[in-house]
Amino acid sequence: MTTVAFLDFVRGPLFQIAVAIFFAGLFIRFVEILVLGRKTDFSEPRQSGTGAGFKTVFSRSVPEAGTFKRSAFTIIAGYVFHIGLFVALVFLAPHIALVRDTTGLSWPNLPTPVVDFATVAAIGALVAILVNRMRDKVLRFLTGFEDYVAWTATFLPLLTGYMAFHHLLLRYELMLALHILSVELLLVVFPFTKLMHTFTLFLSRWYTGSAFGRKGVQS
Amino acid sequence: MTDRAKIAINAFKEQIDGAVSAYLSSCVHCGLCAHACLFFNETGDPRYTPIHKLEPLRRVWWSEYTLFGKLALLVGLAPKVTEELLAEWQELTYNACSLCGRCSMVCPVGNDIAGMIRKQREGMVAAGYSPDGLKGASTRAVKIGSPMGVTWKAVAAQIGHVENDTGLQIPVDKDGADYLVLMSSMEIMNYPEYLEAIARIFSEAGVSWTLSSQAFEATNSGIQIGSSDIARELVSRIVAAAEKLGVKTVISPECGHAYTALRWDGPNLIGRPYKFKARHILEVLDELRAAGKLKTEGFEEERMTFHDPCQLVRRGGVLEQPRRLVKMVVKDFVDMPEAGKMNWCCGAGGGVSAIEEAGELKLTAFNAKKRQLEAVKPDKLITACANCRIQLEEGLEENNMDIPVIGLTELLAEHLVETGKAEG
Repeated sequence: MTTVAFLDFVRGPLFQIAVAIFFAGLFIRFVEILVLGRKTDFSEPRQSGTGAGFKTVFSRSVPEAGTFKRSAFTIIAGYVFHIGLFVALVFLAPHIALVRDTTGLSWPNLPTPVVDFATVAAIGALVAILVNRMRDKVLRFLTGFEDYVAWTATFLPLLTGYMAFHHLLLRYELMLALHILSVELLLVVFPFTKLMHTFTLFLSRWYTGSAFGRKGVQS
Repeated sequence: MTDRAKIAINAFKEQIDGAVSAYLSSCVHCGLCAHACLFFNETGDPRYTPIHKLEPLRRVWWSEYTLFGKLALLVGLAPKVTEELLAEWQELTYNACSLCGRCSMVCPVGNDIAGMIRKQREGMVAAGYSPDGLKGASTRAVKIGSPMGVTWKAVAAQIGHVENDTGLQIPVDKDGADYLVLMSSMEIMNYPEYLEAIARIFSEAGVSWTLSSQAFEATNSGIQIGSSDIARELVSRIVAAAEKLGVKTVISPECGHAYTALRWDGPNLIGRPYKFKARHILEVLDELRAAGKLKTEGFEEERMTFHDPCQLVRRGGVLEQPRRLVKMVVKDFVDMPEAGKMNWCCGAGGGVSAIEEAGELKLTAFNAKKRQLEAVKPDKLITACANCRIQLEEGLEENNMDIPVIGLTELLAEHLVETGKAEG
């Protein structure tokens, strides 16, 4: 198979399969969670939990003061990684072009140097997070196989994307094919690993925020 | 699979709802909860990381409620819940968790970890993996009516003492009273000041209240050991007595878990709303204050601080009331660092105080409180939970810290303006 044929295969049928698995997986996971439901709470509420629930969905993105002091590295590296990944994923011109071509939706991209900076920052943060995971007593203890799978599946698209964009190491078409392949790996493992937190955290924050809120505790 | 493991698994399954499933789907092992937990912080033992304490529940969730887990279970690849696992996790589920809920406040994905540990206890106790101390307390609560084995006779004796000392009459089983006052056995046994304070404050405020000979014990060992069946039985006794007397409000005493049990868990245990309101004594006192019915005179000379019981503040929403009340009688009031919603647990809530094997651990955990106290150097420490109070007194003594501990209701009674004392 030639490089070009490989690229066509990867961004053609393989991509469609990966996207299909991704959405089907998301659907299954959400159904698995939501069908379990939650029992009616008969206790007399101090206030409605709805407002507090919505507030918690957002406010949990801001660390509690004492926690920030105790876990500054985890929190800062986490922010840098998430923001960097978001910028690279959403504001890189070719990514927007891909979405435009498939859905017709489009939005302005950010200049290449900005996206570049965000990507490098995200890659750097991920490496730092991995090193910290291996040396911190608690994190080393908690970390299992799945954590490394999730890390790898997130790291590879960032790395190969950066290298493809800058024509590093391999021929562009091959690196691009590897980038798309790594994204497909990410899409396939996503629904079945803790990468799902991307979406389920909103449910979690809502459940906790509303339950605490009706007790009069903004969590 | 063994029978005990099977019992635990079935009980876990009953506890797993949409929230638990969302929580366990969301955890990325960031480790922040470890640093929010006093048992981890004070020991440095990573096994005490809150989310790790949930491994048995997590395994059941994964293998029963996720597609991959179910497939893994089919081919025998899912991690198993065994008797060995449960035995190992008993310590983590009980001794090393006071259900204080700090972890639930810091989790960036929003997991109520403490709430899940409470749920995990349901499976642990069902399969027999709970500490003897808590089993004994629960058995006594069900059979005798109080976890410390206190009977109505002891309460009646205390009523006699209080009536003698104050000249007031303590109403018992009074139909149609506005308030039904409950006590914790700790108060009946160790802190008789509580009943006296209530009698004096309520008499002065002209409040219609009563004790019930059928339901005087507010603490709920069922909540602590994690057995809904026991918790339901205990709370049902209070509900029956309150609804028979026709009271408007039932008052939880200065006890954290009693409040959680009565105020938030009770209606769900009996499967319907109450026909009365459930309030903590501090909420009632603050209402009396606002209505001008609680009048005090004079101020404490000393520097004082307030220890927020976890179940009142973080898990119960009683945050401002104690501070408003304290400021009525204390001029030099100072809050400890992280007081309020993020206050550090005393180290012995959630049933830990009843677990003999946790004796050493709970004193190690007290070091969190010690540092908080050292930061503000109070002359006296006020709290509103008899269980916290015992632990605080023990911890302070162990650390040679000379700081007396006092209940807030009692402190207010010391400053009560008494006009109608002539009754007796």
